Amino acid sequence: MAPLLQSSQPWVEKYRPKQVKDVAHQDEVVRVLTNTLETCSCPHMLFYGPPGTGKTTTALAIAHQLFGPELYNSRVLELNASDDRGINVVRTKIKNFAAVAVGSQRYGGYPCPPYKIIILDEADSMTEDAQNALRRTMETYSKVTRFIFICNYISRIIEPLASRCAKFRFKPLSEEIMTNRISYICNEEGLNLDPEALSIISTISQGDLRRAITYLQGAARLYGSSVTSKDLISVSGVIPQNVVQALFEACKSGNFDMANTEVNNVIAEGYPVSQMLSQLFDVVVQADHITDEQKAKICSKLGEVDKRLVDGADEYLQLLDVASNTMRALCNMPQDFS
Amino acid sequence: MLWVDQHRPKTLDKMIVHQDVAQNLKKLVTEQDCPHLLFYGPSGSGKKTLIMALLRQMFGPGADKVKAENKTWKVDAGSRTIDIDLTTLSSTHHVELNPSDAGFQDRYIVQEIIKEMAKNRPIDTKGKKGFKVLVLNEVDKLSREAQHSLRRTMEKYSSSCRLILCCNSSSKVTEAIRSRCLNVRINSPSVEEIVKVLETIAKKEGLQLPPGFAARIAEKSNRSLRRAILSLETCRVQQYPFTPNQAISPMDWEEYIFEITSDIMKEQSPKRLFQVRGKIYELLINCIPPEIILKRLLYELLRKLDAELKHEVCHWAAYYEHRMRLGQKAIFHIEAFIAKFMSIYKTFLISTFG
Repeated sequence: MAPLLQSSQPWVEKYRPKQVKDVAHQDEVVRVLTNTLETCSCPHMLFYGPPGTGKTTTALAIAHQLFGPELYNSRVLELNASDDRGINVVRTKIKNFAAVAVGSQRYGGYPCPPYKIIILDEADSMTEDAQNALRRTMETYSKVTRFIFICNYISRIIEPLASRCAKFRFKPLSEEIMTNRISYICNEEGLNLDPEALSIISTISQGDLRRAITYLQGAARLYGSSVTSKDLISVSGVIPQNVVQALFEACKSGNFDMANTEVNNVIAEGYPVSQMLSQLFDVVVQADHITDEQKAKICSKLGEVDKRLVDGADEYLQLLDVASNTMRALCNMPQDFS
Repeated sequence: MLWVDQHRPKTLDKMIVHQDVAQNLKKLVTEQDCPHLLFYGPSGSGKKTLIMALLRQMFGPGADKVKAENKTWKVDAGSRTIDIDLTTLSSTHHVELNPSDAGFQDRYIVQEIIKEMAKNRPIDTKGKKGFKVLVLNEVDKLSREAQHSLRRTMEKYSSSCRLILCCNSSSKVTEAIRSRCLNVRINSPSVEEIVKVLETIAKKEGLQLPPGFAARIAEKSNRSLRRAILSLETCRVQQYPFTPNQAISPMDWEEYIFEITSDIMKEQSPKRLFQVRGKIYELLINCIPPEIILKRLLYELLRKLDAELKHEVCHWAAYYEHRMRLGQKAIFHIEAFIAKFMSIYKTFLISTFG
């Protein structure tokens, strides 16, 4: 018998704010947009900022508040990176949708302004050609269509597009807002979270609320209703601090074989090396007893190795290289090989 | 049947290593519906065993009846259709495949198969909708595009299918996918755990293990359970009853690399480099992955070198391994590493001994 599927949504979806004014921490954005909602005049918009800060949520909330559930499907087109967004789609699908004119009768208590909204999520992954093809479309149909672009890196949006939009920057969430939201969800779901776990979850998610909620749900599913900081760490894939410290101490000792053993241990325990690098980076930057020059040497290597890992290089060899380089920097051994 | 397969634990309760993970997984599938899962960890740590046991826990014994199928998928890619051959292992409840086998067309495989599965989902006797499970191996070898298209498909079809992803290093899986899955880290079993497993197997096979013998195998196995069980079986074939100091033969390719290292430690000259080239080719022809050769070479060299040279050698090993990944032919880079080592070593010898 196949197991039954309960209709349990991911909490990220379940607790997504439904209204613009509920979006946390983005005060300027919310103020401007509430105004927009009252007057129903809406410019083209460009939302940018790190992941998990509420960009998509805001865009969806605007669309819902303007049109309501009944008209939503006919007035809003939502495209993201996994849909095909090559130049062909821009020329046909987007253009066709944009070209249709709509009336402005009010419908079920929603403002329903006489235009449609096209939401392009993850717009920074669109090709430059596709972005160029949008330029004229945006202007020609500006009477009946508004665009909302959502991206992480504004530098990947070509200048002509960016200059046609009102830009809104979304800041990373502060720790306080994050803990508020998390404890609210814990209350709703009947979870027990001690203060230590609460502070851990905002540290490891680094201002990304979506990530924090996902970790929380993962931990709750695995370990039941009382979640400790240790559970959260194991779900999030963060490496326990003592493992990182052990590697760093081994580097400080100046004994190559000891560092090699530590590296072997990290690999055998299955910790992701890219995560190791970023945590090692934190340790190095915060260490007091290292000179700036030594820090610079270590960090330059960390950057190089990170690039190599993205290229698909072997984790063991690269981590060993980092360890050896760190050791040389810390113990003032000769640095460069030719 | 090899012992590795024969003695693979069939249910989550029978797991000897990773007991805690197994219990958590059991709770996960019995309590609520199961999220997407991502298993990561070194090879030989038991990822596959856990996944198979988990499937059995979810679907009962039906999940064990798998059939291998070689199917040609016809994929409509805009203007043309592409034919892709792929072997899948499937039961009525799950499909298992290696999408990276399809090479650069892996994106279509991911989308097409998931769509197919979503179309014909199993219907329960009570008329409720069940779900199927798709097991994807080696997700770290998937191309970027495939991983990107995976993330939307994961959300879109989440009502009818669950994904279980399995990979060696989670660094190579994009953040977007990792954040949509419940990540499960599987570490290599410790030496004591391996010993325990070996003893259990010996008991089942009715073998007498001399004291300390299992421990020696475990130490040689590099914390890989599969390797340990294989070498136990090899020892059994070589000589039984076991003697306490029976030699545990290393893999032949490891011995071969050991020979290569002693060759290059003895003499550093273009002529020797040429001789070594033949041996490296031999290894490559026998399908030993080049990065494994390089790693093993480094391991053997590090054992013999002075501390001051170790840093330099491991720096170059990392450098050439990266270049090998970017390049096409592995032999150039392995040889470049050996040549580099020879030059370093020779300089060192001259400066120390004159």
